[in-house]
Amino acid sequence: MKRFIGFVKKEFYHIFRDKRSLFILFGMPIAQILLFGFAITNEINNVEIAIFDQSNDVETQKIINKIKSSPYFNVENQINKESDIEKEFKKGKIKAVLIFERDFSKNLQTKNVAVVQAITDATEPNVANTIANYTSAIIQNYQSQKKQPKTNLVKVEVQSRMFYNPELKSVFNFVPGVMTVILMLVSAMMTSISITREKEIGTMEILLVSPIKPFQVIIGKVFPYIFLSIINAIIILLLGFFVFKMPINGSLLLLSFESILFIISALSLGILISTISDSQQTAMMLSLMGLMLPVIILSGFIFPINSMPLPMQIISNIIPAKWFIIIVKAIMLKGVGIQYIWKETLILIGMTTLFITISIKKYKIRLE
Amino acid sequence: MSISVQNISKSYKSIQAIDDVSFEVNEGELFGLIGPDGAGKTTIFRILTTLLLANEGNAKVLEFDVKQDYKAIRNSVGYMPGKFSLYQDLTVEENLTFFATIFGTTIEENYDLIEDIYVQIEPFKKRRAGALSGGMKQKLALCCALIHAPKVLFLDEPTTGVDPVSRKEFWQMLKRLQQKGITILVSTPYMDEASLCDRIALIQKGKILKIDSPSNIISKYDKVIYDIQSKNTHGLIHDLKNYSSHYSVYAFGEFIHYIDTNQNFNPNDLQDYLQQKNHTQIIIKPAQTTIEDVFMDL
Repeated sequence: MKRFIGFVKKEFYHIFRDKRSLFILFGMPIAQILLFGFAITNEINNVEIAIFDQSNDVETQKIINKIKSSPYFNVENQINKESDIEKEFKKGKIKAVLIFERDFSKNLQTKNVAVVQAITDATEPNVANTIANYTSAIIQNYQSQKKQPKTNLVKVEVQSRMFYNPELKSVFNFVPGVMTVILMLVSAMMTSISITREKEIGTMEILLVSPIKPFQVIIGKVFPYIFLSIINAIIILLLGFFVFKMPINGSLLLLSFESILFIISALSLGILISTISDSQQTAMMLSLMGLMLPVIILSGFIFPINSMPLPMQIISNIIPAKWFIIIVKAIMLKGVGIQYIWKETLILIGMTTLFITISIKKYKIRLE
Repeated sequence: MSISVQNISKSYKSIQAIDDVSFEVNEGELFGLIGPDGAGKTTIFRILTTLLLANEGNAKVLEFDVKQDYKAIRNSVGYMPGKFSLYQDLTVEENLTFFATIFGTTIEENYDLIEDIYVQIEPFKKRRAGALSGGMKQKLALCCALIHAPKVLFLDEPTTGVDPVSRKEFWQMLKRLQQKGITILVSTPYMDEASLCDRIALIQKGKILKIDSPSNIISKYDKVIYDIQSKNTHGLIHDLKNYSSHYSVYAFGEFIHYIDTNQNFNPNDLQDYLQQKNHTQIIIKPAQTTIEDVFMDL
């Protein structure tokens, strides 16, 4: 045990004395979360929109005036034919078209329901999403002003449709996503690099020719990174919660358990990488190409899995990050308990066990 | 017997690193593996320190088999690999404490063993190992290898890249350690260090050419060597190689070492020959045989 503590102490010296790895450890998560966060929640201002007013009556004029007077939108032009909508989008200047149905006022008075359709250019999904939200907000605001105690309840329905990207994901996508990427990066890359560094500078030879056991070396290497990864996860969650109002609806305990599980699976991947690479550079390339890219591309963090081609969807199943993202979203957003995510959890446990077994089997007690 | 090696062979892919190597090191002996780079010295060290498995043959360290009893060997030997193998970002003291801890001991416990060496680097104990000079690094590495009072010490080229003064000091330290009963196996490419060992094995291209004490190796060498010098060294080598009865010619420090095939060689004949070749300030005198001369002839 004394040996182990001595070893862990040495690892902490390495980490805290290497400015670069410290930066990767703590600068990266904060920078990433802020970058992703602000890139996604960008405010919209002076967005060019077009209006296709099929009834052109008092009510629609009032709403249009209200929209025109808001700082968010510039009404670029009026459209008169339905077929012009697509043309306008293709020109690329306008980002949304508001369509008022025929007989808008009449419907509002007789049926109490009238429909405004907001069609947005979702090639920029976040802008599209924001536009749709803003339009509904303006119209709802108009509605509540109009509502008087004695009149009947009137309702203007806003139907928003996302053009070009029907699978628009929530803004809250990025906190679980960034958390996954960071934990993967810190855990797998940093461990694999720190183990291969010992090989590269030759200290592994001395460690092997000493009474310290291989598993003590591995656990000693991994232990500081479990600790640091947990701190990272906490930083990300705090930033998400306070800066971006990301809710944590489910149990914190469950979330911590799942995070530690994922950290351990990433660490075991890091050990696995270190057993097959001889230099820090190889380890870094393997972690970046072999882990980071799949995590970013195939985990559903940036690209939705169900819009991928089938082979990619199948491959995505072997990526632990995919399951972790599902779990984190379910816990944080839906607030579900273990009974809804036990399957994903079991898959993660299975993968972790597999990786650990392989890396212990592959760990060399000699130089070759 | 502290170390016994029997018919060990090892090859990496297509390269035969060592070929049928056998030798024995007695308890308390300072044994040197002498040979140029790539001779297979490091491979022998790695097999004996259980880091590599031999393709053929057996080896024992402290009566433990290098293959089966590798754990026992790892507990009781000290190893200093060829390249500087300490943590550059840890201070002198932290390095030493770390190695003491993983060997389950403390600096205080075996301080008497490392004292001679450690006092020299102690003023720099708060300095990072990476900022030490080459000689200091070697001293620290030796301290780290010694901190658990090993019975056998393996030193793979400990003086490579170290200045002559530090090299001399280093060997004095080894002598002192030997007096404390530690068996030492040391390798070096420097022939002048060979004479400081009790016994040496001359090794080249994976084969051991000779095992004996340095003085025996020199005294058993029967050829007469001459130191030759003239103003034009380059031309001198060329002309000596064209001399009909030459056996071997090679540069040795400021002189050329010359050996003749003829038992009744007369230096005056050679002097005449060289004068004909327009050499001036010619010196020809019998030379002291060194390990390097023996090595060159093997």
